[in-house]
Amino acid sequence: MPDLLLELFSEEIPARMQSKAADDLRRMVTDRLVAEGLVYEGAKAFATPRRLALTVHGIPVRQPDLKDERRGPRLEAPAAAIAGFLKAAGLGSIEEAKIQRDPKKGDFYVALIEKPGRASIDVLADILPVIIRTFPWPKSMRWGARSAKPGSLSWVRPLHAITATFGLETEEPDVVNFSVDGIEAGQTTFGHRFMAPAAINVRRFEDYEAKLLNAKVVLDPQRRKDAIVTDARQLAFAQGFELVEDPALLDEVAGLVEWPVVLMGSFDNDFLSIPGEVIRATIRNNQKCFVVRDPKSGKLANKFVLAANVETADGGKTIVGGNERVIRARLSDAKFFYETDLKTRLEDRLPKFDSIVFHEKLGTQGERIARIERLAAEIAPLVGADVEKAKRAARLAKADLLTEVVGEFPELQGLMGKYYALAQGQDPAIAAACEEHYRPQGPNDDVPTNPVSVAVALSDKIDTLVGFWAIDEKPTGSKDPYALRRAALGVIRLILENVLRLPLVKITKFAIGGLPEKHAAHATTLPLDLLSFFADRLKVQLREQGARHDLVDAVFSLEGQDDLLMIVRRVEALAAFLDTDDGKNLLAGTKRASNILAIEERRDKRTFDGAPDVALYSLAEEKALAKAIDQVKAQAGAAVAREDFAGAMSVMATLRPPVDAFFDKVRVNDDDPKVRENRLKLLNQIRTATRAVADFSKIEG
Amino acid sequence: MQSVPPHMRPDRSFQGLILALQRYWADYGCVILQPYDMEVGAGTFHPATTLRALGPKRWNAAYVQPSRRPKDGRYGENPNRLQHYYQFQVILKPSPPDIQDLYLKSLAAIGIDASLHDIRFVEDDWESPTLGAWGLGWECWCDGMEVSQFTYFQQVAGVECAPVAGELTYGLERLAMYVQGVDRVYDLNFNGRDGAERVTYGDVFLQAEQEYSRHNFEYADTAMLFEQFRMAEEACKKYLAAGWREGNRKEHLMALPAYDQCIKASHVFNLLDARGVISVTERQSYILRVRELAKACGEAWIHTEAGGVGA
Repeated sequence: MPDLLLELFSEEIPARMQSKAADDLRRMVTDRLVAEGLVYEGAKAFATPRRLALTVHGIPVRQPDLKDERRGPRLEAPAAAIAGFLKAAGLGSIEEAKIQRDPKKGDFYVALIEKPGRASIDVLADILPVIIRTFPWPKSMRWGARSAKPGSLSWVRPLHAITATFGLETEEPDVVNFSVDGIEAGQTTFGHRFMAPAAINVRRFEDYEAKLLNAKVVLDPQRRKDAIVTDARQLAFAQGFELVEDPALLDEVAGLVEWPVVLMGSFDNDFLSIPGEVIRATIRNNQKCFVVRDPKSGKLANKFVLAANVETADGGKTIVGGNERVIRARLSDAKFFYETDLKTRLEDRLPKFDSIVFHEKLGTQGERIARIERLAAEIAPLVGADVEKAKRAARLAKADLLTEVVGEFPELQGLMGKYYALAQGQDPAIAAACEEHYRPQGPNDDVPTNPVSVAVALSDKIDTLVGFWAIDEKPTGSKDPYALRRAALGVIRLILENVLRLPLVKITKFAIGGLPEKHAAHATTLPLDLLSFFADRLKVQLREQGARHDLVDAVFSLEGQDDLLMIVRRVEALAAFLDTDDGKNLLAGTKRASNILAIEERRDKRTFDGAPDVALYSLAEEKALAKAIDQVKAQAGAAVAREDFAGAMSVMATLRPPVDAFFDKVRVNDDDPKVRENRLKLLNQIRTATRAVADFSKIEG
Repeated sequence: MQSVPPHMRPDRSFQGLILALQRYWADYGCVILQPYDMEVGAGTFHPATTLRALGPKRWNAAYVQPSRRPKDGRYGENPNRLQHYYQFQVILKPSPPDIQDLYLKSLAAIGIDASLHDIRFVEDDWESPTLGAWGLGWECWCDGMEVSQFTYFQQVAGVECAPVAGELTYGLERLAMYVQGVDRVYDLNFNGRDGAERVTYGDVFLQAEQEYSRHNFEYADTAMLFEQFRMAEEACKKYLAAGWREGNRKEHLMALPAYDQCIKASHVFNLLDARGVISVTERQSYILRVRELAKACGEAWIHTEAGGVGA
């Protein structure tokens, strides 16, 4: 079966967009083919800085013929309806239609429509221009003389040529005939911009890829990446170093070259006095080069590795020389920034925060830092941190935002704070907190364990959450501009992984007290609202770990649950209990009791709260259950008070036999209304008793 | 390159580099303009770019524009940062299909041989909040050094570009440092002469950098500047309002003088910003005010003859 080759040749496509564009091209073309009844065997897409390419192989030559029946009007329908039917079905006269008998609703006409399949190449000529015109680039642009007119083509950068061929391996393929905004599809592409710029005539994917390689273009991004990383490792190794691997940079660099040529340069040893992260950020962000390190010490070496796009007569000497000069200038800047930063103590930077707005409704950065400090003092004793150290760390933790290095490289925030704090002789725990209080940044980031860091990290995140809650900037749907979900998850992980006891409602209330006066009104509803947000995040977290998230609701719906650690402990114990037969049956029994109660409560329009009357028990099973409930209540309550949730669950388990026996032998809806009421009250007691550990009605299954 | 005398060679002389670029783009057919006679933050502000990019008419121009960035002053102490520097600006409307090749040939004209160097087009989306303008394009890298910016204007002064213009901006000092092999801007050979006849960039501009840094950061009269901003804004609006022929918003007769006041407001804002007297929130509102002026000027311009009215 024939294959399709498609290439869209343009000016330089941004590196970050290439891989998704290749995927989009493959998906859009193959989806359309399938929708047109053309099931293909395989497809693969590629991207270089100057081209998107797609090969789809094993496409049928033609679409299958389609047979369709169109139901028409009844035989006695008015002439206008019949005429309309003939027109819609493409029939010449009503004699061409079949008559379908229907004794119930009356006989009606049916048209048999046969739609012969079209040649695939014609189908392609229809769908490809549409795909090109509607291609989902993150940003696209117009260009050239044609952009004077509305409706001109938009592409990521100017599109210059389209190659589109279709045909069998053994034959000369045909060009898919179409044009987009004046660009005719053909079979001409171009090689490397500098090394082989001439036009190339291509037939199909195999010779296309080979001819491009000949013209100094490596089509497959994975091959370019492999070549770069292999050569880079080799060059580093040959000098006794190892490459500092950087997959994101590798992706980007492979998107900047069609013909990677890996070269190594060096810089002055003096620059190694700058922190390694600053050197790396300078060389990586500004120059898109890799750094190398000494495998023994792990320290950076005065070398860098670059991937050029061209082979030169001087073996890259000029290129290396040029890059060395730029890197020298950049590192001079970085060194200057770093040394300038060291001259100012972090605390001396603080007054400036008073004139920087954090958020219009939440005051200045200075006010926010004061709030974090206040909160850190409150939280410190709860996490085993020294109060004075936690306050000092909170005060200094953001100061590096005003340094030159962080201004230049925002991703070094925190880390530079640590370096500067250490350089000015701060306590190591305080310095560590400057760096670690931002953590965890995401689900895979480490959680700090140093108590001072933990206190500041919690304060920072809780202040953020409380503040944005107070001004009603909560996350909605996919919108979470202040990363509040991440902050909440951070709080959860800090608490659980450090095994902390934190009364969240109390702390939230305290945090509200630090907000600008006008937000004080929120003190009543905000803590519980925020708590339910934590509950949701906790559920997501547990679900991702494969735990039962419905149990979180069962525990949260008990009164006064704001201690995440205890909630999770209780959920774990509950999950273990529900895995046992006793647990399953007790859950079933409790649900049965709840269901009966729900029905009877609705019927009688009342609840059955209150203690049952002992004098009205007539059956042994009733008495046994009542006794068991009393015991369980007392014992489970005591176990919970000891935070012995497993113990509480074992006590719960003893409730199962009397509950089972009760349902076996006792008819709840007794003829005597007093007995009935009493039995319903007893059922309600089962519900109440189980609430010592969880709200069983919230548990699924 | 062979035909020029040694002191005019772009790799020896700053002015030689400028003249080589002018010559190259003149040969292409560009109008070679002189710098606009007002303080601007970038070559893009020159009406030959901002306003001429709008409207349907062909327009090919090239010029040097002294650019002032008050905040970038470093008292002459930083080897590459200046509060006053030169941009070489090329604007081609509509953008020709071979504009990338034209650009690469211009590099060859100043001695950058693409077979020896690693020249790359690296994504750089351009946006000017004050001009209400955006475009897509690249930073052009030569051996890891950003030597030019390349932009396809999509919108300028709030008006869609139809057709789109291609803009090339060469950072002349940087480019000259690269081709002369100099690490400190003040060491650039300005006139291409040797010995006693040699004039460096520092001879010409070092004192100015020191004086203006002092002015921009410490002494610029902020009360006067606030007043100037207000006056420029008012004048711009006044000229715009008065410029509509017979007041019917079909044809405008004073877009250029109005735009001068927009340029003025923008530069005064930059000075105030450098003096640190504009807070973060105010900053945004000043930018918006300049943008409103720029947009109104763009709107007026497309109702002038050069802007294509009646075309």
